[in-house]
Amino acid sequence: MSELLGVDHVTVRFDLGGGGLFGGKKRVLQAVVDVSFSIEEGEVLALVGESGCGKSTLGTVVAGLREPTSGTLRFRGKPLTAEMRREAQRSIQLVFQDPFSALDPRMPVSSIISEPLRIQKLGSQASRRARAAELVEQVGLPVDSLNRYPHEFSGGQRQRIAIARALAPDPKLIVADEPLSALDVSIQSQILNLMKELQEQRRLSYLFISHDLAVVNHLVDRVAVLYLGRLVEIAPREEIFRRPSHPYTQALLAAVPRIGHFRERRAKNIRGEMPSPLNPPPGCVFHPRCPKAQSICRESAPLLEPAPERPQQLAACHFKD
Amino acid sequence: MGRFILRRVTQSVIVMLVMSFIIYNLIGLMPGDPIDLMIASNPGATPEVVAHLRAIYGLDQPLIFRYWHWLAAAMTGDLGFSRVHSQPVLEVLLPALWQTCKLLLTSFVVSVIISTVIGALAALRPNGIADNIISLFAFAGISVPVFWLALMMILVFAVQLHWFPASGISDVGNGSFGDQVRHLVMPVTVLALANTGGFTRYVRASMLETMRMDFVRTARAKGAGPWRVVVTHGFRNALIPVVTVWALNFGTLFGGALVTETMFAQPGMGKMIYDSIMGNDFNLALSGLLFACLVTLLSNLGADLAYGWLDPRITLK
Amino acid sequence: MSITMDAAPRTEAAVSPWTLRWRRFRHHPGAMISLGILVLLILFCLAAYPYEYFSGLDPNATDLLSRYDPPSAAHLLGTDDAGRDELLRLMVGGQISLLIGLLATVIGGVVGLAIGMSAGYFGGRVDSALMRFTDGIIVLPLLPLLIVLEALDLTKLGFSQEFARSGAAAFWRIVIVISLVDWTAVARLVRAATLSIRERDFVRAARASGAGAIYMMGTHILPNVATPIIVAFTLTVGRVILLESVLSFLGLGVVPPTPSWGNMLNNAQELVTTAPALAVYPGLLIFITVIAVNFLGDGLQHAFDPRSER
Repeated sequence: MSELLGVDHVTVRFDLGGGGLFGGKKRVLQAVVDVSFSIEEGEVLALVGESGCGKSTLGTVVAGLREPTSGTLRFRGKPLTAEMRREAQRSIQLVFQDPFSALDPRMPVSSIISEPLRIQKLGSQASRRARAAELVEQVGLPVDSLNRYPHEFSGGQRQRIAIARALAPDPKLIVADEPLSALDVSIQSQILNLMKELQEQRRLSYLFISHDLAVVNHLVDRVAVLYLGRLVEIAPREEIFRRPSHPYTQALLAAVPRIGHFRERRAKNIRGEMPSPLNPPPGCVFHPRCPKAQSICRESAPLLEPAPERPQQLAACHFKD
Repeated sequence: MGRFILRRVTQSVIVMLVMSFIIYNLIGLMPGDPIDLMIASNPGATPEVVAHLRAIYGLDQPLIFRYWHWLAAAMTGDLGFSRVHSQPVLEVLLPALWQTCKLLLTSFVVSVIISTVIGALAALRPNGIADNIISLFAFAGISVPVFWLALMMILVFAVQLHWFPASGISDVGNGSFGDQVRHLVMPVTVLALANTGGFTRYVRASMLETMRMDFVRTARAKGAGPWRVVVTHGFRNALIPVVTVWALNFGTLFGGALVTETMFAQPGMGKMIYDSIMGNDFNLALSGLLFACLVTLLSNLGADLAYGWLDPRITLK
Repeated sequence: MSITMDAAPRTEAAVSPWTLRWRRFRHHPGAMISLGILVLLILFCLAAYPYEYFSGLDPNATDLLSRYDPPSAAHLLGTDDAGRDELLRLMVGGQISLLIGLLATVIGGVVGLAIGMSAGYFGGRVDSALMRFTDGIIVLPLLPLLIVLEALDLTKLGFSQEFARSGAAAFWRIVIVISLVDWTAVARLVRAATLSIRERDFVRAARASGAGAIYMMGTHILPNVATPIIVAFTLTVGRVILLESVLSFLGLGVVPPTPSWGNMLNNAQELVTTAPALAVYPGLLIFITVIAVNFLGDGLQHAFDPRSER
């Protein structure tokens, strides 16, 4: 396996105004703080966390929609420079959460699917149409869908169209931002199976953003857990499910219903709400909610380091399991 | 709040400065120039005299320089001299402003009252008979050419029926309060009719929006009658956006006042601006236009403040 | 919106949005009547050509021997203060007034579209600069400003004497002057619509593929802001016709002998006593046109608003 995409000490800050001539206090929101990870070719990496933890922001950085405030991206082992942007734009595609906002209501499906090719000026008009026809069948829609408009399709069908669009330029990596959470449960599994099938056929990599560990369980190879913009744990799926190291991951997993286990009460482990990213707590950002917190946690932020005897499982905690 | 007012006032001052510069330039582009007008009345002027006059009035200097001179003088309250009236501009301006205030304020109050009542009435039962009639009236109000409405009023009430005088602010030798009121009836009616249309549509739309909200539906479900709901719940909430529209429109009423005053020969700001532009009275035109801008800016500022005052949820930043 | 079935297309929504809109429009009586009235008005104005041809009348030729003639077989609505056929002048004047309304709306609309779309799409400093500019224009007292712009000396702007005095100059001047001032409503509307569309996922998807600003505005934003623009354009036409009429009435817009509904009321104060009917006709036509246009706009708004039930 070789590295497809690397994320290197990426930080994203939002300037929420203030300052200036009449402004009052300047406010800065740290959405993503010093995050590093990589995705191998053909690997599925899940990015999980509560809403507001910065996972979608990180997704937009990976997809090239937002420049990080600091830090860099690597693509195929080389720094992602402006010249390489074009190739990356073809190789990295997006699937969104809301299938109703993801498709332009004024475009027929064939134009929607072939749009990435049109923007990148790939192929002739005829070949682009042929490609759209081929893709529409691969995602399990009838060929006559091509001349229809998005309003004629249901949410699940629209998500299939969005996936077909993402596949059009033959990408290597698909950033999927909660692609299932707007869908009904019965349809979720259909889309999940479709994504898994496509991944296996084409050796695709996914950056699969989700708030729910249960959903991604049988699709992913590795899991990265984000809390308040910080990467708190990253590990192969089996290890993280068998023995989560960070207390936050433990709490997330406790909330996942599994066969043979009773769903534990979340309140037992984890207290309160996630603090505002405008005003993060000092030291380890998780300490106000952590059952294991000691005085050191209030003072120094832990580094992301291997868990005891598990070199592949990294966690950022002073008292990791 | 204090910071908000400070910022808005600063913005308004900047806008006023930019406006004054633009309008100063535009006035400079109007036909003729002051010296031409002077020598027209004095055929014996030699070229040397003309050049001398130009130097005295600073017309040989670049435009930005002249603007700066004008601005410095204006800051001290010296707006120059009106050519046509042979009086300082301020002495022409102030009586005209007072006359316009009488016209504008009266018609504004009239149209606010009428539009609130009939707008609420229309919203009470959407698409009912009353709503349709009121809507038609409101559309007529926004669609009628104001000058033609004035013309028709003159035709019917002055020429045919002789109820009201067609022009002026008082009869010669009269000037009592009753006489002044008689002269104001038609201009006020025209301006009020023209404004009521738009206002009514805003009130109706805002009322409908409010009546759809949950707290109003709750009140209705509790068994409160429609009028009670409208009065106790609807009005206060519906009027918040409407007040803004009223205040914003106060400035644009100037356009209506210009037409109405011209039609009824009322010596107000609108007619004064029109006459001064048409009569090449540069100083008066410039000051009049800037006054009109100032009124609009002030009413915008007032609208923002009223908005924050009426709706405690809005914090002004 | 809930998603229940993945298998079949949703039957309720399978009707295209335009069909639904047409249905809603058809059930708006005011709009339908207005549409009819507007068609009749346009036909009336165009009837100038056959009427001129068959009657042999000239809309601009004066005949001082037959001033203020009452209606007769030769002059169906009588003659005006210069002995010209009133009916023919109403038809020709209507063409001028409607044409100015449409042209100024389109030109001002393009200005507003460009400004609003750039402000909404680029955001940040471009947005605040363009919007401050727009706010500045809104603050201006519209009618006095139009009068100043109409009164400007074209020769001081470098145009020749003959051009400055020509009827064409007067026509284009009023079109441009109005469109220079009356684009702010469209700009604000388009900006707001652009802002909401810019954040939609299909725009972000295209951006992730490397689409540039021109592609984005032309392909995704313009088609999606089309509906609010159509409504705004309609309402603008009405407003422009009113502005043209008042300027021409004040003797500033369309210059005689070319008729427009506004300048036919030029000496209205005199007409009121001598020939009241002549003071009624042009204004009534303006009134009917503008009210019909406004009702049409209301109907379109209703038809385009997904919240409306009918």
